[in-house]
Amino acid sequence: MQLTLWTYEGPPHVGAMRVATGMEKLHYVLHAPQGDTYADLLFTMIERNAKRPPVTYTTFQARDLGSDTADLFKTAVRDAYARFQPQAMLVGASCTAELIQDDPGGLARALDLPVPVVAVELPAYQKKENWGANETFYRLVRAFAGPVERTPGGPRCNILGPTALGFRHRDDVREITGLLTRMGIAINVTAPLSATPADLVRLADADFNVVLYPEIASSTAAYLDRQFGQKSTKVIPIGVGATRDFIVEVAGLAGIDATAVLAESQSNLPWYSRSVDSTYLTNKRVFVFGDASHAIAAARMAEQEFGFKVVGLGTYSREFAREVREAARLYGIEALITDDYLEVEEQVAALQPELVLGTQMERHIAKRLGLPCAMISAPMHVQDFPARYAPQMGFEGANVIFDTWVHPLMMGLEEHLLGMFREDFEFNAAPSHLGASATPARVPEPVLETVAAQAVPDSSVQPQPAGPARWAPDAEKELSRIPFFVRGKARRNTEKFASDQGLTLITVETLYDAKAQVGR
Amino acid sequence: MNQIAPVAALRSGGCGDAPILRERGQREVFCGLTGIIWLHRKIQDAFFLVVGSRTCAHLIQSAAGVMIFAEPRFATAIIDERDLAGLADANDELDRVVGRLIERRPDIKLLFLVGSCPSEVIKLDLSRAAQRLSRQMAPDVRVLSYSGSGIETTFTQGEDACLSSLVPELLAEAADAAPSLLVVGALADVVEAQLGRLFTAIGIQDVRFFPPRNSRDMPKIGPNTRMLLAQPFLAETGRLLEARGAQYLATPFPLGVEGTTAWLQAAATAFGVNQDHFDRAIAPARDRATGAVARHRAQLEGKSIFLFPDSQLEIPLARFLSRELGMKLVEVGTPYLHRQHLAAELDLLPEGTSLSEGQDVDLQLDRCRAAAPDLVVCGLGLANPLESEGMTTKWAIELVFTPIQGFDQAGDLAELFARPLVRRMKLAV
Ligand code: SF4
Repeated sequence: MQLTLWTYEGPPHVGAMRVATGMEKLHYVLHAPQGDTYADLLFTMIERNAKRPPVTYTTFQARDLGSDTADLFKTAVRDAYARFQPQAMLVGASCTAELIQDDPGGLARALDLPVPVVAVELPAYQKKENWGANETFYRLVRAFAGPVERTPGGPRCNILGPTALGFRHRDDVREITGLLTRMGIAINVTAPLSATPADLVRLADADFNVVLYPEIASSTAAYLDRQFGQKSTKVIPIGVGATRDFIVEVAGLAGIDATAVLAESQSNLPWYSRSVDSTYLTNKRVFVFGDASHAIAAARMAEQEFGFKVVGLGTYSREFAREVREAARLYGIEALITDDYLEVEEQVAALQPELVLGTQMERHIAKRLGLPCAMISAPMHVQDFPARYAPQMGFEGANVIFDTWVHPLMMGLEEHLLGMFREDFEFNAAPSHLGASATPARVPEPVLETVAAQAVPDSSVQPQPAGPARWAPDAEKELSRIPFFVRGKARRNTEKFASDQGLTLITVETLYDAKAQVGR
Repeated sequence: MNQIAPVAALRSGGCGDAPILRERGQREVFCGLTGIIWLHRKIQDAFFLVVGSRTCAHLIQSAAGVMIFAEPRFATAIIDERDLAGLADANDELDRVVGRLIERRPDIKLLFLVGSCPSEVIKLDLSRAAQRLSRQMAPDVRVLSYSGSGIETTFTQGEDACLSSLVPELLAEAADAAPSLLVVGALADVVEAQLGRLFTAIGIQDVRFFPPRNSRDMPKIGPNTRMLLAQPFLAETGRLLEARGAQYLATPFPLGVEGTTAWLQAAATAFGVNQDHFDRAIAPARDRATGAVARHRAQLEGKSIFLFPDSQLEIPLARFLSRELGMKLVEVGTPYLHRQHLAAELDLLPEGTSLSEGQDVDLQLDRCRAAAPDLVVCGLGLANPLESEGMTTKWAIELVFTPIQGFDQAGDLAELFARPLVRRMKLAV
């Protein structure tokens, strides 16, 4: 049993839903109790899908247990087929149905439906959402992909991995499709997103695979390699450097020359980063956390394309722990592999980064600690599905990321001016583009983002206990002269320094001793 | 659970004995775990530990949007493979998790172990675990248990189950104690305060709310307790309180001007309050509410509305919408219909209202599309898909999370239904 406050990933059947909802003409019948229908709102409310997910839940109740849950399941499959007329059916169990062992696959096959039925077994007490998506996609491809005659013509590839409820998947697909097209490569099938079961049948009609999200497509890519000898890309094209590497890798797989594409492909990031107003970004300390692919890519961009210093790197994707550990070694740090939100929070609080690059969870951690934050990975909230075109991948993705990561930071010149004018009582010391609410709060505050309005105020939040050392009035005054955006850090560092030194009174001297010691 | 009391003697007229469509297909509703979202904020020294799966943890987190506190007062003990191997093991694991939790949160005085589908299917006996842990941690922490599982409870029934588990904790009031009024069901603090002031004005002094904000302030209960249900989904809690001697006051629920008046009147009558005094005491708030509701009537009058089953608030809401706002009821769905507690509400519904209990969501969607109502009240999974088909919707869950009871919320309640229609008219894109 594991004590869990917040979870990065849902259960594995939610991964299966992401695959099914991304696809067309596939219907998923899930043996599950009524409460599990909450998963629909992830798609209809967070991603704002206009259609219900193609999922039928059996919603068995206690009174059905032991008597007719199997019949209930068969009826649900039969009715769903009759109503939705899919090309294929996917069937499986959620955590509760796994325990009652009704064998959804066997029951569905016994119905002799005129379409193929694919059963996925997703061990809910061991595995999580991304694993579930990976397994489901693999099972579908295994069931459908077969030998086909190669369409004559130039190089062709499949794009593998995008699903519903993915972090910018739709926009990434558009960006990478454009890039591959400019390289003269035809796209055979993009899957799961927007593919039908019939499309999966002809996956072999491609020379190689572009794997955009290994968390979802790694098993499928390995299978297609074994079965049809299709190699796949390893580079995730996030960032200017990685996109260029990706172009070279793709050109190698396609047997074409990439020189022209590399020469004409442009992003504004390199110039924006070189522009002198970006000097202030140098060695800003960043903490990176997300799924493995996005975290590794973000760390590389942070170091090489923004000139930041990566002080923390981690992932909740245990399946890719090795890759993240390797990446962390590049920055001389130890990777944080955990799905325990509290552990992540502890590390962020200890590292006091100047920017947090993370998921929805890190956004809340950062808000509480008064740190700037930008999103790089799922899980995410409704505001992370922007109306505008906002890919993460390719050259346009690099532009989007430049704007996104710099936005929460103080502009370089502004930072300087704040320092100059901070004594002016009329001066409102908050970054002008963020509004007053951006002022970091030192005391943890509850962060509310409920779906609906909240009825009852909460009074559970206690202020942090005061540190053991007392601040002398002149030291407190000196502290107030320090710009607000580093004041919290200076206070914490000084208090820690004082307690390490066993001091009970913090004077102006202590403040500067601490500054000299801690430095950065 | 939620044993339905025998149909009480129903008055004639209204929908009291109207036939009802009962369906047993796919139910698109939350399970009882969802109640934790508002309950943990109501009882402020209580902690809710769900014993369940990753699905349960994900459900609460998704239904709440993300509501992250320095430390939330709920969590999930996620059952894993090792626990499934043997039950003795699972109990030890539970003790360990609870121990860790209490160490982190010494401020917790009341801990609920909340059962889920997995814990019930593997027959993990949480009531025994609660007794054991309560003994171990007495007197600092009281440990109780209830089920919020989806195989046993639907959405708001979670609150019913939670409050039911608290009833045996209430101390007995002496048989000769002065009469007191017990208001049952979680209400927003602002609503509680307003109602408290009204009761004082009416002349009912001893008013207690259940659940209380602090677990150490549990109301006493006895034969002189008169009980007003503030929520229509408290079947089991009501039954248990009656078994402890409380006198159930039959009344419509305090939604809208009419409902609130009747609800307060039921208490006033039980306490022998002079009618003139009562009328004068509530007049200012009542008149204010009447004006506030009237402002939205033009927007809603004559419009048709279809309610999908969600919180069991549907029938009182339908009564308010039809009688105070002049809306036409196409279908009123409810997950469960408790005939006794809703008798007064059913009597007030227009004759011939189509009621449905339970759900087969695809069939119900077919009926909804065929009827093409002006407004649909439904869950979050259905709202956007219906909007994209051109319908106007109101999310049902907002009716549970927003203060809507009492006079001073009546206008807000009307506005919740008017807003989607106003918006649809306004948008020109
Ligand atoms: S329906 Fe059951 S398994 Fe699903 S979230 Fe609710 S309690 Fe957990």
